[in-house]
Formats: sequence, structure tokens, C-alpha cells
Amino acid sequence: MMKTSKRFLLSLLACTATAVYAQQPIVGLITKTDTNPFFVKMKEGAEAAAKGKGAKLMSGAGKTDGDNAGQITHMENMIAAGAKTILITPSDSKAIVPSVKKARDAGVMVIALDSPTDPQEAADALFATDNFKAGVLIGQYAKAAMGGKPVKIATLDLFPGHPVGAQRHNGFLAGFGAVGIDAKSNNLAKTPDVVCMQDTFGDQAKGQTAMENCLQKNPDINLVYSINEPAAAGAYQALKTAGKEKNVMIVSVDGGCAGVKNVKAGVIAATSQQYPLKMASMGVDAGVEYAKSGKKVSGFTDTGVTLLTDKPMTGVESKDTKFGLDNCWGAK
Amino acid sequence: MSSTPAAPARTPLRDMLEGMPPLATLGPVIALTIACAFFASQSDRFLTGQNFSLILQQVMVVGVLAIGQTLVILTAGIDLSCGMVMALGTIVMTKFTVDYGINAYLAIFCGLAVCAAFGFLNGALVTYVKLPPFIVTLGTLNIAFAITQIYSGSQTISGLPAALEFFGSTFKLGQTAVSYGTVLMLAMFLVTWYVLRETAPGRHVYALGNNPEATRLMGIKTNRQLIAIYTLAGFIYGIAGLLLVARTGVGDPNAGQTDNLDSITAVVLGGISLFGGRGIILGALIGAVIVGVFRNGLTLMGVASVYQILITGILVIVAVATDQLSRRKG
Repeated sequence: MMKTSKRFLLSLLACTATAVYAQQPIVGLITKTDTNPFFVKMKEGAEAAAKGKGAKLMSGAGKTDGDNAGQITHMENMIAAGAKTILITPSDSKAIVPSVKKARDAGVMVIALDSPTDPQEAADALFATDNFKAGVLIGQYAKAAMGGKPVKIATLDLFPGHPVGAQRHNGFLAGFGAVGIDAKSNNLAKTPDVVCMQDTFGDQAKGQTAMENCLQKNPDINLVYSINEPAAAGAYQALKTAGKEKNVMIVSVDGGCAGVKNVKAGVIAATSQQYPLKMASMGVDAGVEYAKSGKKVSGFTDTGVTLLTDKPMTGVESKDTKFGLDNCWGAK
Repeated sequence: MSSTPAAPARTPLRDMLEGMPPLATLGPVIALTIACAFFASQSDRFLTGQNFSLILQQVMVVGVLAIGQTLVILTAGIDLSCGMVMALGTIVMTKFTVDYGINAYLAIFCGLAVCAAFGFLNGALVTYVKLPPFIVTLGTLNIAFAITQIYSGSQTISGLPAALEFFGSTFKLGQTAVSYGTVLMLAMFLVTWYVLRETAPGRHVYALGNNPEATRLMGIKTNRQLIAIYTLAGFIYGIAGLLLVARTGVGDPNAGQTDNLDSITAVVLGGISLFGGRGIILGALIGAVIVGVFRNGLTLMGVASVYQILITGILVIVAVATDQLSRRKG
């Protein structure tokens, strides 16, 4: 009954209006979690773009960062629901690959947002920040700011094996002047200046613990690279407790509103801002285009990155925190 | 607990199941039916064989974990380590084949053996050191997680041979593609159900959960029995690991982190009492499927995933409340 009446209604709609509803393209968005403001912003961007283009957006997320099976389940369910394009921020860049392949074999276009799959070519396309460049920018800034002083660096990283974590870390070292760094490597490089390397999972509490341990290991640390701003905030807390917050410079990547505020307050010296909203809206646009013309996108599209600081250094291009706050994600 | 007489009588064992209030048994089935009817009315893609096959495929890992979890819970225990033990099993299986080039079947056997060994460790600590199962398995959860990370170097293992992916492949049943893993899960449920219901060792599982002292006085070697149950549960987690490998096509060291709670959720939704000694194992299957149906149905409706978690939470509380109320009545 239900079915027939629905079909009837549909055909009625199709007759009266132009058959927009029946052919409404469906785009699925799968983020790592749905609590992180970065992904909340991404979802907002996707929703706005879908509304503007008359597409239907489905969204889902893993339960925790690293929940690969959860992401696979969402992908299958969205494809069952008729999604022809899947936008995904892979929690596990390698583990998602066989499922992405299955989806693509079934004619679904899969676009990785923010984080690449490993290998990158496993997905149709990648819309993301150039994370190596994001690292290079803060590395160059730190180099200029330290002005040739001897440095002892602590790096607060993501977790082993993740390309985003490796690219930011390696970019930072390259920007700081290390030679022979491989921009494509998924392994963390180490230079003699780096005295402590710790995993933080991008988490504030873990960042604090990591920094405390690094200070135990080497109390003379004067430069901290952090994978993101929550980790940076944790590091600052640890430095403050140790009474060292004035003498240690923290640089970071992300550009979330909370992080930009920390740049303004002097907690973080400089950060590289990225643009999740743009990744998502571009993804939806590509999905709508694919539904209409069958044309797929491919390759890597850089969604841009900007160095933010209120203490600019000569020779290093940057914008101030006012620009950062205008373009940030999360609660302003 | 007070409802069971302490005297070593035989009949209460059998009467227990038959005398169980119908609500606890039928509740999960009713909930599942209502949910299916609702989703069918909302999306014409829901009520298809292909979609149900998909749902079963999605719950097969947690479903098989729930079999082991049910065995432990029926003895009034709990196993928090199951997901991590499973993850360790998957890493052993995949690393042995991909990195060491060992024969796939031998590697699977080794993975199952490692999981069974962890189960044995759980059982031995519960019985001989007399530690509460919650604490023991909380400990082994962390140990298994750490070993998994150390042994794998936190790296995902891919490029698996076909033998490891067999249970993820499908065959046609009419129009519907059904995965072999689904068939294995259903078969395991049926066999365990039969053993628990019709054989002496199966009845002893219930007896242990109801009144361990009375069971011991009946002349059953309760310690040995308990260790055997935990070991078997570990072995079953290994099979869940094999299904996970087949489903995802990789060995993932970060897998299974919330699967302990997911399997307990399935058990509880299935009307199996967390206090031990009561419940039908097929309930755990229904419980796992309920979670899968909500996840799938709400996705088809376009509802965001956080609501799926919300609804699961409400269902769990309703299920436990039903169990508690029926217990008070009895």
C-alpha cells in the first residue's frame, strides 16, 4: 500500500514539476567522528552545498577515530540507499582501501577529503590541505623566529603510520631547514635537533602527558611542533605547570577557532589554517556533476593553507588572527 | 538469585528456561519486528533480500563475538577483552601470511590458538586466582591491545591471500548475494543453541551462572568447566577475527576497540541476563541484528549516525529494565 501510494505520489510530482525529486543525486559524507568541530564544519559545508545544488546529503561517522569497520558499514548503507558519490575522511588510510575498491567497482565515485587513502590513487580523487606545505610554513616561521639560536625540538605527533601526521611533521622539519626530507613518506623523519617525539592522537590530554614526559627527558626544549591545536593546548598546559611557558615556542596546524584564539593569546606562536568547509562543498559539487554528466574528478586538489600569526617574521608570508577568526571552524 | 533453590536438584535447570517469562524472550523479537515494519514504511529499499543480507554481513563480527560473550555472561561473568583479543588474532593471521609467508590455513590456526590462549588466561585468573571477571578481562583487554600494537608496529597489514578473504565472498541465493561469513555465523548460533539446550555440558553453563556452589556440590568440576568456557569463548573471538579480516580485507591493529561493549549490547538486547544463568543464545543474534537494522534503516532514511547511537542506548536500558522486572516477579 505504502509503496504504491508513494510511487503514485512520485509520478504525480514528476508530472507536475520537472522530475527533480526522482533524480535527486545522493551524496554520502563519512567523517572520522561526528564530535570534532573540524568535521562538524565539514558537514555544514556539505549540507549547504547540497541544499544549493538540490542534492540529498547523507552523513555518518565512525564511533571513534580509527573505527574503520564503522566507516565501512556507513559506506555500504549509503550505497544501499542509492548514493553514487561517497566523500570520506579515512580513519585508517590503508584499512579502508579494499572497501573503497569494492565501492568503485560498483560504479560509485569515492573522494577522500582531508586525509588521503594509502595509496592515494585508491580513491578517485583527494580534496585536502597540502599537509606537507602546512608543515613547511610553520617550520619556516619557527626558523625565522628562533633567529639562529640553538634549538631543542619536541614533536607532538598524531599516531604511527598516518600520512597526515607524517606529512605535517616532515614538512615542519623541511621548513626548518632539514635536507633530504621525502614529502611522500609516511614515516616520521628525525633530525639531531629533535630531542623528543611523542604520539598524542591529536588529543589535548594526551598532548599534555606527552609534553610532560618530554620535559622530563629534556628540560631544555625550546621549540614544540604539534600535530594540531588541541595537542598544542595540552603542551602549553604542561609548560605552564613547569613554569616554562615564556621560553618555549609552540607551532601548530589546523586553524580551528579555539586554536586561532590561542594564537591571539600568545599560547601558540603560529599555526597553519586549513579549510574543511571548502573540501566538503567541492566534494558535493563533484558528486552532483557526476550524477548529472557521469564525469568523475581525479587527482589531488589543494584546498589551501594559510600561515596565521600576530608576530609576523620578515621573509615569511602570513596573515593575522583577525583573518584567521573570520575563516576558522568551531565555536567563535 | 533468590528464586533458585540452593538444593542440588535437577529439574530446576530445565524448568528455568521453560518457566522464563515470555516478555524477556519475546521482547527482542517484537522489537525487531516493529523496527522492520517501521523502516519498511519509510524506505522502499529496506525490505529487500539484498539489504537484509547486507545487514547480516555487517553484524557478523559482533554477532560471533556475542556468542562467546553470551557463554561467559551465562556463567555470571563478563568479558571486556573480546574485541582486543579478536584484533590480536587478526594481526597474527594476517602478519603470519603476508609478512612471514606462512600457509594461510596454518596462520588462521595460529590466530585462533592465540585467542584461545587468551581465553584460557582469563579463565585461569577467574577461577584459580579468584579475581572478578570484570577486572581480569579489563586487564587482558589492555594487554591484548598493547601486544597488538607492538607486534604490528601499529601498521595495517594489507595484500591478503584469497584464503583469508573467503568468508567475505558471496554466493547467490536467488537474487541475493549472501556472504559465507553470514552462513558461518548463523550456523555457529544454531550449534551453540543446541549444545546449550540439549547437552549436559550446555546445561552446566546455566547451572554455573545460577548457583556455582550448588553446581559444585552436584559433582561438577566447576573450575575446570569455567576455564573451558572462557577458552572456548576466546576461540570464538578468533573466528570473529577471521570474519573481520574477510570483511575488511586487511589486518587492522585499531579494530575492535568498541566491540566489547557492542557485543554486550547485543547480548543484553537479546534478553540474556547480565546476572547469569538466564537467556537463550539466539537472543544475542536478534540483539545484534536489531542494532544493525537501526543503523541501516536510519541511514536509508538519511538520519545522522549519532541518533543511531542514541537509540541503541535507549534500547539497552529498556532491555535491562525488562530483565530486572521479570526477575523480581519470579
